[in-house]
Amino acid sequence: MKLKPQALLCPRPAGLYCPPGDFYIDPTRPVDRAVITHGHADHARAGHGVVAATPETLAIMAVRYGEDFAGRVEPLRYGETIERGGVDVTLVPAGHILGSAQAVLRWKGMTIVVSGDYKRRADPTCAPFEPIACDVFVTEATFGLPVFRHPPDSDEIAKLIKSLEQFPQRTHIVGAYALGKAQRIIRLLRQAGHDQVIYTHGAMARLDELYTGFGVDLGPLAPATVEKKAAFEGAVVIAPPSALEGTWVRRFADPVPCFASGWMRVKARARQRHVELPLIISDHADWDELTNTISEVRPEELWVTHGAEEALLRWSALNDIPAKALAIVGYEDEDDD
Amino acid sequence: MRAFAVLLDRLAFTPSRNAKLVLLADHLRSTLDPDRGWALAALTGALSFSAAKPAIIRSAAEARIDPQLFALSYDYVGDLAETVALAWPVRPGANREPDLSQVVDALLTASKHEVPKLLEGWLDAMDADGRWALLKLMTGALRVGVSARLAKQALADFGGVPVEQIEEVWHSQHPPYVDLFAWLEGRSERPSPNAPARFRPVMLAQAIDEATDFARYDAQDYAAEWKWDGVRVQAVNEGGRRALYSRTGDDIGKAFPDVLESLGFEGVIDGELLVMHGHTIGGFGDLQQRLNRKTPDAALMGKHPAGIRAYDLLMDGDEDLREQPFSARRGRLEKLVARAANPRLDLSPLVAFPDWEALAGIRADPPAGDPQLSEGLMLKRLDSPYVAGRPKGLWFKWKRDPHLVDAVLMYAQRGHGKRSGFYSDYTFGVWREDSNGDRVLVPVGKAYFGFTDEELKQLDKYVRDHTIDRFGPVRSIRADMQSGLVLEIAFEGLQRSTRHKSGVAMRFPRVNRIRWDKPSREADELATLEALLSALARPARGLSGNS
Repeated sequence: MKLKPQALLCPRPAGLYCPPGDFYIDPTRPVDRAVITHGHADHARAGHGVVAATPETLAIMAVRYGEDFAGRVEPLRYGETIERGGVDVTLVPAGHILGSAQAVLRWKGMTIVVSGDYKRRADPTCAPFEPIACDVFVTEATFGLPVFRHPPDSDEIAKLIKSLEQFPQRTHIVGAYALGKAQRIIRLLRQAGHDQVIYTHGAMARLDELYTGFGVDLGPLAPATVEKKAAFEGAVVIAPPSALEGTWVRRFADPVPCFASGWMRVKARARQRHVELPLIISDHADWDELTNTISEVRPEELWVTHGAEEALLRWSALNDIPAKALAIVGYEDEDDD
Repeated sequence: MRAFAVLLDRLAFTPSRNAKLVLLADHLRSTLDPDRGWALAALTGALSFSAAKPAIIRSAAEARIDPQLFALSYDYVGDLAETVALAWPVRPGANREPDLSQVVDALLTASKHEVPKLLEGWLDAMDADGRWALLKLMTGALRVGVSARLAKQALADFGGVPVEQIEEVWHSQHPPYVDLFAWLEGRSERPSPNAPARFRPVMLAQAIDEATDFARYDAQDYAAEWKWDGVRVQAVNEGGRRALYSRTGDDIGKAFPDVLESLGFEGVIDGELLVMHGHTIGGFGDLQQRLNRKTPDAALMGKHPAGIRAYDLLMDGDEDLREQPFSARRGRLEKLVARAANPRLDLSPLVAFPDWEALAGIRADPPAGDPQLSEGLMLKRLDSPYVAGRPKGLWFKWKRDPHLVDAVLMYAQRGHGKRSGFYSDYTFGVWREDSNGDRVLVPVGKAYFGFTDEELKQLDKYVRDHTIDRFGPVRSIRADMQSGLVLEIAFEGLQRSTRHKSGVAMRFPRVNRIRWDKPSREADELATLEALLSALARPARGLSGNS
């Protein structure tokens, strides 16, 4: 009789659980053994017993939660395999942020890939997604609607640079998630030739340092403190999106509020946030990336963890791929913060 | 098409007028003829394509996208054109992206049967922004906050000329405005403004400074008249062509066929468009109902007949009077209005006064009749020529003191630009009794100016400290009988409104004073505003027809 994939991986209240290996993947509450795909807070929580993750992800967790965020850590480089109760676990790049990985589980001839959060386009701050043929592909569906097709990053960065030329007196404040998105925006600006000092919100300084430590060249950065008011004219400031809504922005004269997120594709979302320059840049796969990836890895079965699963299930039905929604509670969407 | 799409997208999210002007002037500089001219025409609503219908867009989408996926998408986005623009699955091997002018040319000449195929080809050739721009262009619903007036200012900025010069030639120019751009780029002479029944740039008044101006100017040198609360218009009848323009040169004639019909003179009149029952005027609210309709029906025109109260004459027949002094123009105007003998055209009377002090008395207590509906007084120097723009010392407006009401702050919204990070838009309400006999606040208006920067900081702090709920960028502020901030609101007029829950709408409301000292329960009642409304609004009398 054919082995059921649920024997290798099944949803439990704390998250996706692997019974033969006795570990969870990205559990949303403290567990004894965890494999963590990437450092975003909803996937990487503090308080687990043993944590296996890439060295980059472990470093991110240490910065966010302190060195003692877990009982013990097991660094696992991309491509390295460890064995847990007969299950081979390999981490493979997911292209989401620095250190992000897909967890590949192989057991008795069956392969399940838990892709975590991922994207397919090139990102100068992390290794590109590697498609792995598998029996079950576990995917996110943050942008699982055909309306979400992210334009090329270079077009969006060009918009920002053009606006800096058109409004040289105004400060362009880019709301960007502090881990991953912020550093990617900075790197993309550098690639586009923007070599001036970029000012950053205090909440991201340590993450910027961490990225630099892993060899991501962010160029000249400075903290966006009040004393530097005059320097902000015509400059780019990167801040967590929530800072744009607080009193923090008052230090900038007549700012242009920008927001880097896949949600900016829909005008009502941008308007609701008072964004003047929406930048459609996301660390999540868009509709085409999701559907192309599924076509590429050709799973026997598709499991959808979180996001807009309804449209993705419809697409799977149209393409004869058996699919189901896991509806895992607790995964948020850092693109919207 | 790409440049136009980028411009539209940018304008859609840019609230500030100045920033919009930068974007527009930039586009005119960086785009070639004829695309920039078509862009301008599209933005100012000068283009319409009768063969392009929203139904075509929907069927194109249905033919290409799975209905369930489309329904899920539309449900999320909420706008048909945007949903199609975003969800359109591009077929590989599409043609080159068309220029805006190619799209416009094709749409202007295509038959209804040709449009679907054109549309499909274009949608395949464009990116999402381009598709959105195309669909909005086709359905004539750009809605990116660019008025004809703003477009003219952008042209003036682009060419480095006063906006009046643009207004003067605007009506002799047609999309894609190639001659206009040639002149503004210094490649040719200014185009002739001499189109039949063209617009002439209007003369505007300065606000009087009561503290200094009365000492500086001699009352004997000025004529006074009532400042009517309607819409400033220029009525033209030249060589058998008639037109009615707003003060910025927009042609509003279609909405006022009754007025056009009454222009039984040859010349150009400057006056106020009002609802006129015989020679008794209606309130601004009545006129608003006419302004809201692009083409009125007979019932509306019968209920709110419009007419012109004339106060200046720019052309008498084909004689240009603009160089002549006001007193001479006025004499000619009086004769022309008498000659025309039309119930839809009367004369704005002069107000006699011996000195400024006496005039102040008349302003404070206008005589019974129409003057009570006026916004105050106009002062016009007797020897003033008719000069386009807002020249100094020639014409003054002396508005009545505003109405005041004490209202309670209910909601606040975050501002833009220099007010980023501040709650600067305030919705305020007054008390009324609900069906249980409880006193409740009902919102009556929104104000976002009238306070100093320092007061803004204080108001912002109050908002943050007293927030009870949030909806997106809007905060709900505690406002009840025990607690609440009273704002003294100044406003110019009051109208009945079916769109507001309170049934009233204020004109130009602003924060006159912050009443930190006043308990919220002592703010005004809705009944106070309703009483003012009755005093202001004169019921339409049975004087319709040829009275």
